[in-house]
Amino acid sequence: MADAAIHGHEHEDQRGFFTRWFMSTNHKDIGILYLVFSALAGFISVALTVFMRLELMEPGVQHMCLEGFRLFGSGAEVCTPNGHLWNVMITYHGVLMMFFVVIPALFGGFGNYFMPLQIGAPDMAFPRMNNLSFWLYVAGTSLGVASMLSPGGNDQLGSGVGWVLYPPLSTTEGGMSMDLAIFAVHVSGASSILGAINMITTFLNMRAPGMTLFKVPLFAWSIFITSWLILLSLPVLAGAITMLLMDRNFGFTFFDPAGGGDPILYQHILWFFGHPEVYIVILPGFGIISHVIATFSRKPIFGYLPMVWALIAIGVLGFVVWAHHMYTVGMTVNQQAYFMLATMVIAVPTGVKVFSWIATMWGGSIEFKTPMLFAFGFLFLFTVGGVTGVVLSQAGVDRAYHDTYYVVAHFHYVMSLGAVFAIFAGVYFYFGKMTGRMYSEFWGKIHFWLFFIGANLTFFPQHFLGRQGMPRRYIDYPEAFAYWNYISSWGAFISFASFLLFFGIVFYALLRGAKVTENNYWNEYADTLEWTLPSPPPEHTFEILPKQEDWDKGHAH
Amino acid sequence: MAHAKNHDYHILTPSIWPLIGALSGFVMLFGAVLWMHGITAWMFWGGLVGVLYTMFAWWSEVVVESHVGDHTPVVRIGLRYGFILFIMSEVMFFFAWFWSFFKHRIYPMQDYIGSEYTAPAIHAVDPFHLPLINTLVLLLSGCAVTWAHHALVHEGDRKALVQGLAIGIVLGIAFTALQAFEYAELLLHEDWTFGGDQFYSNFFMATGFHGFHVVIGTIFLTVCLIRALRGDFTPEKHVGFEAAAWYWHFVDVVWLFLFVAVYIWGQAPLY
Repeated sequence: MADAAIHGHEHEDQRGFFTRWFMSTNHKDIGILYLVFSALAGFISVALTVFMRLELMEPGVQHMCLEGFRLFGSGAEVCTPNGHLWNVMITYHGVLMMFFVVIPALFGGFGNYFMPLQIGAPDMAFPRMNNLSFWLYVAGTSLGVASMLSPGGNDQLGSGVGWVLYPPLSTTEGGMSMDLAIFAVHVSGASSILGAINMITTFLNMRAPGMTLFKVPLFAWSIFITSWLILLSLPVLAGAITMLLMDRNFGFTFFDPAGGGDPILYQHILWFFGHPEVYIVILPGFGIISHVIATFSRKPIFGYLPMVWALIAIGVLGFVVWAHHMYTVGMTVNQQAYFMLATMVIAVPTGVKVFSWIATMWGGSIEFKTPMLFAFGFLFLFTVGGVTGVVLSQAGVDRAYHDTYYVVAHFHYVMSLGAVFAIFAGVYFYFGKMTGRMYSEFWGKIHFWLFFIGANLTFFPQHFLGRQGMPRRYIDYPEAFAYWNYISSWGAFISFASFLLFFGIVFYALLRGAKVTENNYWNEYADTLEWTLPSPPPEHTFEILPKQEDWDKGHAH
Repeated sequence: MAHAKNHDYHILTPSIWPLIGALSGFVMLFGAVLWMHGITAWMFWGGLVGVLYTMFAWWSEVVVESHVGDHTPVVRIGLRYGFILFIMSEVMFFFAWFWSFFKHRIYPMQDYIGSEYTAPAIHAVDPFHLPLINTLVLLLSGCAVTWAHHALVHEGDRKALVQGLAIGIVLGIAFTALQAFEYAELLLHEDWTFGGDQFYSNFFMATGFHGFHVVIGTIFLTVCLIRALRGDFTPEKHVGFEAAAWYWHFVDVVWLFLFVAVYIWGQAPLY
């Protein structure tokens, strides 16, 4: 082999810092980069929500004033509400979370690090392109943040159009902020598509000898399905926002009725991407949760094959339900009936997964380590979010709930709580494997309880607010909604505190955490290939491909 | 053999190109925004040069790696998978323009209750003159490339490989030229605009995006021609050429859909 001589025969890492982290062609290093950078983007995005909840804590506008932003408004000064600032906050919170935090963390981070390990591949199929995905993600995030800080609508900074970028708002928003945001989404899309191509090829072409498709671990499967969703849905979004860009800058009229265009068309195309996007966000989480629950229940996962087929079914169905996000735009009753039924069908494979997780725990000797707590939290919260999803899927009921806080509560339960709890479960589950150091079990549990309480306190009352009729995306609200908003804001502060604690736990573990000596520091039910490797794994893994007995455990499936 | 590579996959050495490529992409797009807002065009061009240079340098390295034998059979399978997947994502990109087209064709805005719109013509040009010729030009180009492929794989006939590629490229350039001619006619002599009260946007976006892909495909084929002249490609090992051919056929097929939909169906309102 031409390059066998170049690669390290030595055990210690001889790469320089720049070479290792800026020119990487190593899936494990790129996975780490993804995780670190998405934590940073996540911090920005979470900080925005803290400001938002601070503003919503009391009726009236106390903090986001045209006279300037005030962290502590006494109420004595004059405050002219700055609606644009509010709109900017909700926009970038959404854009960052959807494109630059959750996908990069789960798909980019865990996907890169563990999918090749689980299938026994020495690296990704296209290691150099893998790094391009990461740097494009950084470029996209930079464009996104630049967009937030550059001249936008209302002679202020940033665009206040909502993450969905609906026209005519997005086509008329002034300044260059909106164009930067469009390009940010383009670049992040390109990054994800290249990543998806890489993952699919790796999965199809580089599985360990003997590992047939239905012997592949569930996390690798979830990444594979997610890749297909990314590959087929993100280009469609790229088309939609390219049309926006053309409308804005080159006199096209795709979404302008004055030129024969149709603004509703944008909503259709956006949600044709947007609904698969929801599953892009959550499916890798499903994969992680399956492994965590099996490990800490000391039982093989219940119903491996149905679990795989449920992933596939969710992926396919995710493409045919998009218009349930837009029941109120004036579709025919038949269209609404179809989208309603198709949407409710998704509850079936999702139910298969939830019940299989429960069945895995059933009769197991459950050990409540931090990852398991987060998996448990995930299971509960995701189910709550799923159930309110079935409520919202009904076109008639949606008439009342559309664009209320009920919707906000619903999608934060599945995404903010579902996906984010899965991320934390993954971080704690794999922390020792990735870093060679152990986190503090005690503080990990504190983190869980703080976050679990905080998140529920934030979002559960929002169901009530929605049922009372409080609309989303407003800076202010009448006195009648004050009670639950106050509680919700306290929940957000507690969640934020838990997030800070999480950073503390990570830094402490990195510097002072106990060294991990075993390959498999959980138990024998963590039986996928990454647990046969040292912690942290060497620069190059599986230079000799794994043998079937390394991973093919009779009890597994 | 504890740490030696003992498999046929391609493990790469660190590379600077991803970082430079992404950085150039950032500069290019930031520059594009500045340009669109009338501040400066230079940043865009600077970024574009960086992107193009990255592509050149990166893919040159890939060709070199192929020569030194990194592209084992299993790696070649991976490269093919990767390229097919890339084409699939491109198909989904075109999906958006077709969606817009079919929506406006089947449910034009004037059908909506209370609408005062007139039926948009979308593309009031006789499809069986210039567009039909152009269709034939592009299809012939595809035939030429298939001929070149056949010559390489089944007969090892390098002369026919080069001839077929050259003809394919010339026809590809002819297609782009004819398309540019049509655009010039419509925009300069028939006073079409991108917007206006007719729905021309869709015509220009869909065919323009396709034209952009034809240019990319032509460049791709040209690279293959140069490589063929330098002695690359064997009947067993010619992933680069295969990818170019696939891409070219993809561009062909998209054009057929565009021709049937936008040019024929779109020439006049149905009712």
